[in-house]
Amino acid sequence: MSTFLGMPAPPPRSPYGTGNLRGDRAFPRAAHDGLGNGQLRRNLGRATGTIRAKRLDVTGELPDWEALREAGSAIKTDAMNRLPELLEQLEREVTERGGTVHWARDADEANEIVARLVRATGSDEVIKVKSMATQETGLNEHLESVGITPYETDLAELIVQLAHDRPSHILVPAIHRNRDEIRQIFLDRIPGVDPGLDNVPAHLAAAARRYLREKFLTAKVAVSGANFGVAETGTLAVVESEGNGRMCLTLPETLITVMGIEKVIPRYQDLEVFLQLLPRSSTGERMNPYTSLWTGVTPGDGPRDFHLVLLDNGRTAALADAIGRAALNCIRCSACLNVCPVYERTGGHAYGSTYPGPIGAVLTPQLAGMHAAKDDPNNSLPYASSLCGACFDACPVKIDIPSLLVELRHQHTERTGVTPERLAMRAAAAVMRRPALYTAAQKASGLGRVIAGRDGTISRLPPPLSGWSDSRDTAAPPRETFRSWFASEEGTAALRAAAAEHDAATRGGHGTTAPGGDHDEEDAT
Amino acid sequence: MRIGLFATCLGDTLFPDAVKATAILLTRLGHDVVFPPDQTCCGQMHINTGYQREPVPLVRGFADGFGDASIEAVVMPSGSCAGSVRHQHRMVADRYGDAALRAGVDAVAAKTYELSELLVDVLGVTRVGAYFPHRVTYHPTCHSLRMLRVGDKPLRLLRAVEGIDLVELPGADSCCGFGGTFALKNAETSTAMLHDKTASIAATGAEVCTAGDSSCLMHIGGGLSRIRSGTRTLHLARILAATRTTPDVLTEATA
Repeated sequence: MSTFLGMPAPPPRSPYGTGNLRGDRAFPRAAHDGLGNGQLRRNLGRATGTIRAKRLDVTGELPDWEALREAGSAIKTDAMNRLPELLEQLEREVTERGGTVHWARDADEANEIVARLVRATGSDEVIKVKSMATQETGLNEHLESVGITPYETDLAELIVQLAHDRPSHILVPAIHRNRDEIRQIFLDRIPGVDPGLDNVPAHLAAAARRYLREKFLTAKVAVSGANFGVAETGTLAVVESEGNGRMCLTLPETLITVMGIEKVIPRYQDLEVFLQLLPRSSTGERMNPYTSLWTGVTPGDGPRDFHLVLLDNGRTAALADAIGRAALNCIRCSACLNVCPVYERTGGHAYGSTYPGPIGAVLTPQLAGMHAAKDDPNNSLPYASSLCGACFDACPVKIDIPSLLVELRHQHTERTGVTPERLAMRAAAAVMRRPALYTAAQKASGLGRVIAGRDGTISRLPPPLSGWSDSRDTAAPPRETFRSWFASEEGTAALRAAAAEHDAATRGGHGTTAPGGDHDEEDAT
Repeated sequence: MRIGLFATCLGDTLFPDAVKATAILLTRLGHDVVFPPDQTCCGQMHINTGYQREPVPLVRGFADGFGDASIEAVVMPSGSCAGSVRHQHRMVADRYGDAALRAGVDAVAAKTYELSELLVDVLGVTRVGAYFPHRVTYHPTCHSLRMLRVGDKPLRLLRAVEGIDLVELPGADSCCGFGGTFALKNAETSTAMLHDKTASIAATGAEVCTAGDSSCLMHIGGGLSRIRSGTRTLHLARILAATRTTPDVLTEATA
């Protein structure tokens, strides 16, 4: 008897309505808030500017930086190409070393698995070290809904959690907050905090430390993320700056790690590449202060019970698509956010997803889809870029984000059918493919001179062009196109004169205008 | 050298002076400039907005028009159009074209250059005999900088201009916020980027902001005009084509 495998179907995306992979407004509308917030713009401008400069310093000092990027890209591409095999190897190795592996198709399954594991310990609170995967699944909200209290221990995550806010950055979740705002959040939300707390960063950190220390020493269960999972040895890795992560990973009796399936890398030795690429790209440091590696359980040392939850949540769907596969190479360093002129002005909330910025604009629609509904906010993400290319230059694993955005835009227009925009594009192409029509259209554009009036400037245009004319003047179209000039007496005469200048200079040997041009080697610049 | 000139749709229609300057400059340097009359648009606006089916005839028209073997090089006064020809036409040909189109696209892409690349890399010249006695700042447009990697070629050309007072633009490599239809779809974000760019330009005290792309200059110039900064925009080709005997008319200076 043969097994019925069902009809072939595309792998599922992250389900609509769960987790944090979709905002409630399209990007241009959501961006309006950040753009109008002067304080946020200043905070972001200063923070990203500082990180940008630091990153350039530390990547510039490595003679093999480009080779490292190539290596990182090659390892990730290899891992994505044989993901099923590597994940099974990882499961085998973790299990052999005393850990338990769980597979979660989506956010709901992952949240339920974690809640069940926490309940089984009899505890009603967990400490957490920064984990993008659980932010993506909305684990904290789920745990609270079933009576379990999660405590974020990463300082920035703690600030965001206490403020009932959402992270605005992959690496620096509270990048949009300044120290005065943080002081106020601590005064309002940390029980028993010194009412005389000032805004000195060391004092703020000390206040958070006092609050968290008690949690570290009493919590029985911790939830962590993972930067890398090594298939060869079953080793998990977390890279962090504060040491709070290490306390989470070593003190509690039970450790539950939630890891996106794309985080697997083949060999232990591959860490050599990524531990150089990641800190330099993300915080602009040669090495991060704390790198924790753990493999299964070790009697008498660290957690007695270790669980690894492998999260799909749309990753297999992304993997099935060439564009999505490239985006899964991301190691979440946030270098693309820090160099993005759009992110710098709007902040991360405008993207509506756990993953903001250029990589988020590619990854989020891949994981959660963007075509479920016409007004799906994720449809606007591929357009949230001027395609300036700074992200591609900064990416440590060489993800060609601008090309991926162009491809996603194409996928989007292919699925949306006939829209006014498509009709306009079709009409423009139809005119441009016929030079005679094109010339007629160019003549018609001369009408712009009528709107421009006497000063030759157009300062107001009708929608959809009003977005342009709200902040930019436009010069009136000229009387004559280039092609008509080129064909005219005047054009012919001008080019004849230019050719004559060249002839005179070459005959004269050293004309004052040197139209023959000096060659590079003669130019001392 | 026999050089095919692509005016670009924006250059042909709205900024003919930049294209005229390109033709005059190359002719003055002793080259034969030809203008295939059936040319229109490279299709970049379509491709970047998400439409790859519609511009297939444009891509084909470009490959046919400039495919002529007697044309040794194709030049355009636009980094972004050169970037589209070199990097995006192949994508369109692969998806909606045939093997012949792909071959045609590849052949033309291999001889396509933005103006500063043609001058420095192909023609081997940085001192073009220009005279331009004004305070100038240079904005490296994103596609010239990152798609074409023109590097400091435009600056080397500008430094060799007689009489020029070249001042550095702070934050030069930040995008001006144009991005084609990005300026319409995300008008508010685009404006925020533009404001930072025009403020940096105004702070240099330059009379002229130059670049290798009329589109970015249209955006920047529109912003400078709105804030009445007094700084004009002028395409790089116009500065390089200005001489003592035929200076560019600054009073009409737009890109």
